[in-house]
Amino acid sequence: MLQILQHISAPALFGQLLLGLINGAFYAMLSLGLAVIFGLLNIINFAHGALYMTGAFGAWLLLEKLGIGYWPALIISPLIIGCFGMAMERLLLKRIYKLDHLYGLLLTFGVALIIEGVFRNIYGVSGEAYDATPDLFRGGVNLGFMYLPLYRGWVVVASLVICLGTWFAIERTKLGAYLRAATENPQLVQAFGINVPRMITLTYGFGAALAAMAGVMAAPILHVNPIMGSDIIIVVFAVVVIGGMGSILGAVISGFGLGIVEGLTKYLYPEASTTVIFVVMAIVLLVKPAGLFGKAS
Amino acid sequence: MADMTASRAAPGEGISLTNKLVLAALLALLLVAPALVYPIALMKVLCFALFACAFNLVLGYTGLLSFGHAAFFGWAAYIGAHVIKVWGLPPELGILAGTATGAVLGLGFGWLAIRRQGIYFAMVTLALAQMMYFVALEVPLTGGEDGIQAVPRGLLFGLIDLSQPYAMYYTVLAIFLIGFGIIYRTIHSPFGQVLKAIRENEPRAISLGYKVDQYKLLAFTLSAALAGLAGATKAVVFQLASLTDVTWQMSGEVVLITLLGGVGTVFGPVVGAAIWVLLETYLSGVGSWVTVIQGTIFVIVVLTFRKGVVGEIGELLRRRG
Repeated sequence: MLQILQHISAPALFGQLLLGLINGAFYAMLSLGLAVIFGLLNIINFAHGALYMTGAFGAWLLLEKLGIGYWPALIISPLIIGCFGMAMERLLLKRIYKLDHLYGLLLTFGVALIIEGVFRNIYGVSGEAYDATPDLFRGGVNLGFMYLPLYRGWVVVASLVICLGTWFAIERTKLGAYLRAATENPQLVQAFGINVPRMITLTYGFGAALAAMAGVMAAPILHVNPIMGSDIIIVVFAVVVIGGMGSILGAVISGFGLGIVEGLTKYLYPEASTTVIFVVMAIVLLVKPAGLFGKAS
Repeated sequence: MADMTASRAAPGEGISLTNKLVLAALLALLLVAPALVYPIALMKVLCFALFACAFNLVLGYTGLLSFGHAAFFGWAAYIGAHVIKVWGLPPELGILAGTATGAVLGLGFGWLAIRRQGIYFAMVTLALAQMMYFVALEVPLTGGEDGIQAVPRGLLFGLIDLSQPYAMYYTVLAIFLIGFGIIYRTIHSPFGQVLKAIRENEPRAISLGYKVDQYKLLAFTLSAALAGLAGATKAVVFQLASLTDVTWQMSGEVVLITLLGGVGTVFGPVVGAAIWVLLETYLSGVGSWVTVIQGTIFVIVVLTFRKGVVGEIGELLRRRG
């Protein structure tokens, strides 16, 4: 312990914590989308990682093929992926709502394999650099105890805003109230004259767009890579198990929290940084099987 | 996962006539097969068939979707290969060590995962298996990206030289039949009937006084041990234990094989493994499109024939007769 304390260097520690916070931002956005989709569709969307990857590729393609920069891409790419998501819901997912939930997992797993496979065939696995950080966020600022690259600061702030905005939309608006009502009892809401199937389609589209937006935000930091989706989705599943899918704030808090835990581990004991979230999951399962924010069923 | 089942054998019935006939035909086919097909391809089919049968025990007969079976398969291969190559022990002990590895991991995974049901169970097993993948990537025993290569096949019981293709084939066949027999006995035993009851209606099984969690854990551990048996055998056959076998893609592959052949059918996983290995070999020229084809099969099977090949054939026969 003393040895560890002697080696603490503030810039390195805060640097890893910031990286953790950024990863946490992506975990939070993705687990949020998973939770919203699961709430209404009762499907665990295995394709969520693939949609995130497609969002990043969307931004990269917009830049390479059309010369469209970061800001428009941040809107256009999620819109396209959102529409793709809605088409997917109409064509595929709609057919299995009456079946066991596990079929939803298997179906979206298949879709994830197809999307990832197609991108891998076209672009290989080495990845493409997306160098379109907006001018506003080039460079960084010295905070005294650490150096903060501006773009990374933006990612954390923006994802917080998106997460809180989603929470507000669902918990505090009329549309959100319909959504929550339909989660509880779709037949009854339908009887009140609300078009529930359309709401389901829009919800899935929204979740897909959210994943794509996380992808666009990740693009300047990470290599845009066909396998970036499957790398992250399994970790996000662990985050969802830890947080429980019952509450939106729970998903956001556990996303950011686990990102920070991961960053801290990377600093203290780098060898364990890839496994720490899974270890936390195992501990949570032992102590509170329903998840930190979940209700016991 | 009640609707995933195809066979609903009545309790207490022995081996049905159809099953007897199919079993006899299958056995005859497997005995003469190496004269017709490359033994190495057949051994691959048998290893994956055993792997999928073990997986089917939990998905098809207990209703638990495990998305982490690659951890048992792959780690059994690592430990088996290590015991044989580094410790210099004979192949039978390596395979036993691999089986034990699968059982121990399965016990641990099951102990954690049965605390959650349905979709969460799948996510927990997937996450735990991913953890074991990262462990395999880090620890020196596994050889990292290289894996454990050139594992000697050695002498089985100090007598049979496994470097001979036919000796190896009939050994693998014997191992497969032992594993298959264990699974067959299990699902037709009173224990297996309780598993099916849990699959059909868990709250009811609880109210009847069964300790559901213990049954699930035992079934899961048995399945993991047999997946380990398959993995260690595969390591001896191909003289290699590598990262491929512990990836989430491998966990997906065994789900695909079982789903394709027929979940909850006795012979489905065997048929699924044969189709999949054949397809994979045939498609090896198209490179990474295999993933796309795999995904497409998933989508088609889930949307159109959820009972799988064997399940659908069984359904057809039943409607006629």
